Amino acid sequence: MDPVQWAIDPWGKIVPIHIAWFLIWVAVIAGLLFIVVHAIYVRYFAKPKQFAPDAVPVVPAQIPEHVPRHSLTARAFHWIMAVAMFTLLFTAFLPKVVVQFDWVTYHWIAGAVLTLSIMFHIVHASFFMDFWSIWPDRIDLRDARRRTLRFMGKPAPPPERFAKYALENKLYHTAIIAAGLSAIVTGVFMMFRVRTIFFPRNPYLFSDMTWGMMYVLHGLAGVGLIALIMMHVYFGLRPEKREITKSMIFGWMDRDFYLKEHDPARWPVEASAPPVRSREAQTEGLTDAG
Amino acid sequence: MAVIRDVMPAFELAQPNSISDAQKLLEQQGENGWVLAGGMDSFDWLKDRIKKPKVVVDLSGIAELKGVRATPDGIEIGTMTTLTEVIQHPVIREKYKLLAESAELVASPQIRNQGTIGGNVSQDARCWYYRAGWPCYRAGGNLCYADTPEGRNREHAILHADRCVAVNPSDSAPALIALDAKFVIRTSKNERVVDAEDYFIGPDIDITRLHILRPGDLLTAIRVPSTWAGAQFYFEKVRDRNVWDFPLLNVASAMVVSSGSIERIRIAVNGAAARPLRLKVVEDAVRGKPPNATTGEMAGKLAVQSAVPLQFNAYKIPLMRNLVKRAIGGVEEATWTPYNGQ
Repeated sequence: MDPVQWAIDPWGKIVPIHIAWFLIWVAVIAGLLFIVVHAIYVRYFAKPKQFAPDAVPVVPAQIPEHVPRHSLTARAFHWIMAVAMFTLLFTAFLPKVVVQFDWVTYHWIAGAVLTLSIMFHIVHASFFMDFWSIWPDRIDLRDARRRTLRFMGKPAPPPERFAKYALENKLYHTAIIAAGLSAIVTGVFMMFRVRTIFFPRNPYLFSDMTWGMMYVLHGLAGVGLIALIMMHVYFGLRPEKREITKSMIFGWMDRDFYLKEHDPARWPVEASAPPVRSREAQTEGLTDAG
Repeated sequence: MAVIRDVMPAFELAQPNSISDAQKLLEQQGENGWVLAGGMDSFDWLKDRIKKPKVVVDLSGIAELKGVRATPDGIEIGTMTTLTEVIQHPVIREKYKLLAESAELVASPQIRNQGTIGGNVSQDARCWYYRAGWPCYRAGGNLCYADTPEGRNREHAILHADRCVAVNPSDSAPALIALDAKFVIRTSKNERVVDAEDYFIGPDIDITRLHILRPGDLLTAIRVPSTWAGAQFYFEKVRDRNVWDFPLLNVASAMVVSSGSIERIRIAVNGAAARPLRLKVVEDAVRGKPPNATTGEMAGKLAVQSAVPLQFNAYKIPLMRNLVKRAIGGVEEATWTPYNGQ
């Protein structure tokens, strides 16, 4: 069961041509397995979340009832990207496993939409959003270690509450970046092999080997995205994540959820009253806890 | 054409004597099974060792698949009926001459004696890059060697190309589409009947096949309804060598003219795309108009409106335009020499 499909090119060289299509099913089964195992774990084995107490008590009244989380621009990007991504996955893989249809045109159009939206997102996130909020930081790594130790029953202080995004979100975002950018970059080059409105066909842009590697990488990124998107949809539908999902629709989450899961010091929100806790106090709290 | 290296590789030969046995065998073998009708397409693949099936299911022993039968609504042709039998059959010659004309222009007498109507409509593409075993799109790869700046694509598609630019080489297919034939397919679940034009698919739907048969499926019969019996027919095939060759283009039309106007018409071309194309837009445009040169000219222009030539096949655009024009406006000028029975 070779995960790569090979062929002999006209010059007698063995070259990869694409992934083996059984990997589609591997990705689907992996995604389903993760979902089932996680659902069972949460239902029967997971303990309630425990966070370190605030160093300085938070006054809930100083937090707005609706805590703004995603701007309209960010939400629009997310949903445009989602539509493009689903279109890409369905047009790429449904013809291989379920139903055959004219998929190529829809696929490259969706790819172009995704590429443009990602380019917009990079600029928007870099200059108009808190760029570093989605990347794991020192506290995330320290808390990940604490959570792992506690999961294994070993003594460890409770972790801090999350910043704007939990470590899981940040890791997922990183995985999506890796898979998504791999698919997009290879996909843009692959558009030189079909007729589009963007540039003239040029199948000789690369050698057969390079083209083959590109198709393989595109395929691997694609099947990886199947599993990743399955997990994303699953978490989006889980009841304890409802507030996060809601915030991607309406732009805000409830104050109670914010106070329960997020650290106002790591993710300060605009309040009608003065800030609830200073960065210095939070740092002290860390020192105490750590 | 690839070089024939030596004898065919070994395979198991199954010779069922009923349709259900053949279908079950093909279903069991799936991708490893190969349907052998007249062998005119199959033996090239096998001798060139490009296709290496494990089991070849030879249909020649199935009596149910042979012969032409009258039905309440026309005729039913078993798919193992040879092209010569189709050409010689009196009912076909009398009522469905279009089919006889198209079949008689297939290859050579020897090939027509051995080749079957089912094989003729189900044969694979004749693109030499594909037939040579190159890893092109149609062979499961990621490139069309014919659609490259240096690709030899004189015989290739001008319409509906989608990555692969190979064309369907069948002569009888457009005639059957013009006659509104139905194809009977036996699958593992049931028997289904599809319109002739729906039997063929292009690379946009499936780049590795020219027809809808999946592994395990069997084309058992072709039903030609009496709807177009005795209509005005036109078939013309243009090829490099008039002795015998695959079509560069062919056109088939069935037309009913009433009071000097086209009352009903069906027209199809092949060799222009990966599937024989029924020209519905042309049919709609000429209905109600006189079948003359003016109408034909308009129809010809309409037929090639979305044609996109490759490097070396731009000639196909005026060729197709003129074939369509002649199919509509020049029925009387058709230079068809009827079969003389020898």
